[in-house]
Amino acid sequence: MTGAQLVSLIQAAIVFGTVIMFGALGEILTEKAGNLNLGVPGIMYIGGISGLAGAFIYESHAAQPTGIVGLIIALLCCLIGSALAGGLYSLLTITFRANQQVTGLTLTIFGSGIANFFGGSLNRMAGGVGQISTSVTSAAFRANMPIASSTGLFGKIVLSYGFMAYLAIIIAIVLGWFLARSRIGLNLRAVGENPGTADAAGISVTKYKYLATCIGAAITGMGGLYYTMDYIKGTWSTDGSIEKLGWLSVALVIFATWKPRNIVWGSYLFGVLFWLYFYIEGLTRSSQELFKMLPYLVTLLVLVMVSLRRKRESQPPAALGEPYFREER
Amino acid sequence: MEAENAVRIVNISKTFGSIVANDKVCLDIKRGEILALLGENGSGKTTLMNMLSGIYFPDEGQIFIGDKEVSIRSPKDAYDLRIGMIHQHFKLVDVFTAAENIVLGLEDRERLSRKAIAARVQQICEHYGFDVDPNQKVYNMSVSQKQTLEIVQVLYRGADILILDEPTAVLTPQETEKLFTVMRNMKADGKSVVIITHKLHEVMEVSDRVAVLRKGKYIGEVATKDTNPQALTDMMVGRAVALNIERPEPKDTVERLRIENLSLTSKDGVQVLKDLSFSAMGGEILGIAGISGSGQKELLEAIAGLQDVTGSIKYFPPDGNGGAGVELVGKHPLQISRMGVALSFVPEDRLGMGLVASMGTADNMMLKTYRDGHRLFPDRKPPNRLAKEVVEELEVMTPSINTPVRKLSGGNVQKVLVGREISANPTVLMTAYAVRGLDINTSYTIYRLLNEQKKAGVAVIYVGEDLDVLLELCDRILVLCDGQINGIVDGRSTSKEEVGLLMTHLRKEESE
Repeated sequence: MTGAQLVSLIQAAIVFGTVIMFGALGEILTEKAGNLNLGVPGIMYIGGISGLAGAFIYESHAAQPTGIVGLIIALLCCLIGSALAGGLYSLLTITFRANQQVTGLTLTIFGSGIANFFGGSLNRMAGGVGQISTSVTSAAFRANMPIASSTGLFGKIVLSYGFMAYLAIIIAIVLGWFLARSRIGLNLRAVGENPGTADAAGISVTKYKYLATCIGAAITGMGGLYYTMDYIKGTWSTDGSIEKLGWLSVALVIFATWKPRNIVWGSYLFGVLFWLYFYIEGLTRSSQELFKMLPYLVTLLVLVMVSLRRKRESQPPAALGEPYFREER
Repeated sequence: MEAENAVRIVNISKTFGSIVANDKVCLDIKRGEILALLGENGSGKTTLMNMLSGIYFPDEGQIFIGDKEVSIRSPKDAYDLRIGMIHQHFKLVDVFTAAENIVLGLEDRERLSRKAIAARVQQICEHYGFDVDPNQKVYNMSVSQKQTLEIVQVLYRGADILILDEPTAVLTPQETEKLFTVMRNMKADGKSVVIITHKLHEVMEVSDRVAVLRKGKYIGEVATKDTNPQALTDMMVGRAVALNIERPEPKDTVERLRIENLSLTSKDGVQVLKDLSFSAMGGEILGIAGISGSGQKELLEAIAGLQDVTGSIKYFPPDGNGGAGVELVGKHPLQISRMGVALSFVPEDRLGMGLVASMGTADNMMLKTYRDGHRLFPDRKPPNRLAKEVVEELEVMTPSINTPVRKLSGGNVQKVLVGREISANPTVLMTAYAVRGLDINTSYTIYRLLNEQKKAGVAVIYVGEDLDVLLELCDRILVLCDGQINGIVDGRSTSKEEVGLLMTHLRKEESE
């Protein structure tokens, strides 16, 4: 592998990693409250299409669309759309106590369906597949620091991305601090570990679960937004890639043993593993697919290792996936 | 101050589905007293107190704190009213430290200041004589430490009314004494303490006043100094109950189990059982005493074939053939239980082992018999019949034999479990904590059943925690300490102090 190839692999890995980093960070917040939301891919779909639709409608109606306004509109639409998806999941699992796994899987199917439906509509409105143009907004998403091109290798590897790549890292750091150090974070973890205890300690379990799931979904949805606005440059593709990335996010949460700081390097590692096939000579189409499996293999390996070490702190939240009802006997 | 009511409960009712847990209960709790709340299983003591602590909300009735009527809708409301409850099943987060558990849910604005918390915890500990390390993780704590932590947590929140739900169920006699000292300290501070318990001698020892519930109804109250265990039992049960455990002389004892050099190392590399050798005789009750976690559970599981042990367990079947005995080590649990070695283990959470929570009494009976017969579909009639028998004989309170056992109260769940094991006509019957959490009436039923088994020539192994009962019921008592046999004493001649000492202090080889 040449030096230039290595740089390009790292760049591809970071861009790829950013998508799943958002997904995994949101899912950590959700799971820490004891909700196993398997709707990550669906929420990423919804976040992506909401942002794209917002930007598209803005750009096709404004006389002089500016990047920053488009960016804010896309971001807001994405946050609202994905938080609503999280709200739907919360309503079903927390208030109506529906089975979390089934509800999550259904949300994935629902999200991909609704996103591709509206994605198709947008395509028609734009005049055909691949004709959606949100170039101004997408450019704003992809704008990197001006010094990136003048600082050589460092600029290429570290500074050459849109702002959301850095936002993901900031969220990871803030989330890590929040969970480990703040009082609210402590309460939140208690809800996920043992809701009965949290309740007896005076914590409103329902409120925490709702908020964590909705905010978590909003963060997850940003992964979809980054994918549509930056990764595929402001258009819509119905090839199902978001779903693949969504499942990788779920795997990443397990890989990182529910710790946000592990998510950062874990997501880039997944990116490297995923794109490795592109830089290895002589692979056929089918052997490429084997390489794309690597992130899952690594996750399995981590699962086995964690289970062998039996460290209590590396285990999933104890009440993950279980509904809570105070008067249950 | 004195004789002023801290809490007044007026005509409180609560139903769960078709089960009436509390029926127009009235109760006063005074300042600066220790009130014992007494009643059989399912008499609604815990339910009543859960309504004070905000876990349940009453269907009807009023609660007054001081002279103000209040509505307690959540545990937070209870804390705001300075009511704190120490639950029977600890409400602690295992992966948190003591300090983190203590401050859980508190709405202070400032950041988690570990130093400030530790200082306040220290202050409470010194005042009442506790010993808590704020940085210890809960999963590393013993049962007694967890309980102490819960009490500190409640005091940290400034509770004036403390409710303890069966706090001594899992403590050693020494730990119980310590707890009582703490309770008296709190009383001296003017706090109200309510203790829910089944153990009458504890009621007599620690309480000022006793209130009795029966089948969800309030029966009455008496000052402790004006009453005695017999009178209390009669109040609780509603009829006269004989309070002494009979201990028939063992007759025709024959060796049933011979255990030699039994050792077990756990997966973590800890030696749980160290070189145990003893015999269990048919026609006698062998008691096993020890602080919880001294290897009792592992020992019984080893005999039942659930553990990978070294050493030898010889079983001598009653039909006499195989004079040399049958080696149980290496046999499958099913083979062992077919030979008549029954294990009825009542774990700390009763549903964790032995019963399937979402299945009814009848289906749980069938778990042991579904292999019988050679038809494609199992025969449901025998288990149904058995379930009815157990329900009637042990007075299990259940709407029907098909009601999922998780909906029954803890004591009733236990009756189903013990009833099933006894019904299998074993030759060796092992029970662990068979009466844990059971009320006095049911406990005596269980003792009677065990004695019947003994008279029928069964080798009964009884792991218990209540030393008084062990001393009254068992013919011999084997004391485990740290996975070793620290002595086997005669139940008729030993004393509580001797057994207590053997439980806690490993006898040195040289002092023998």
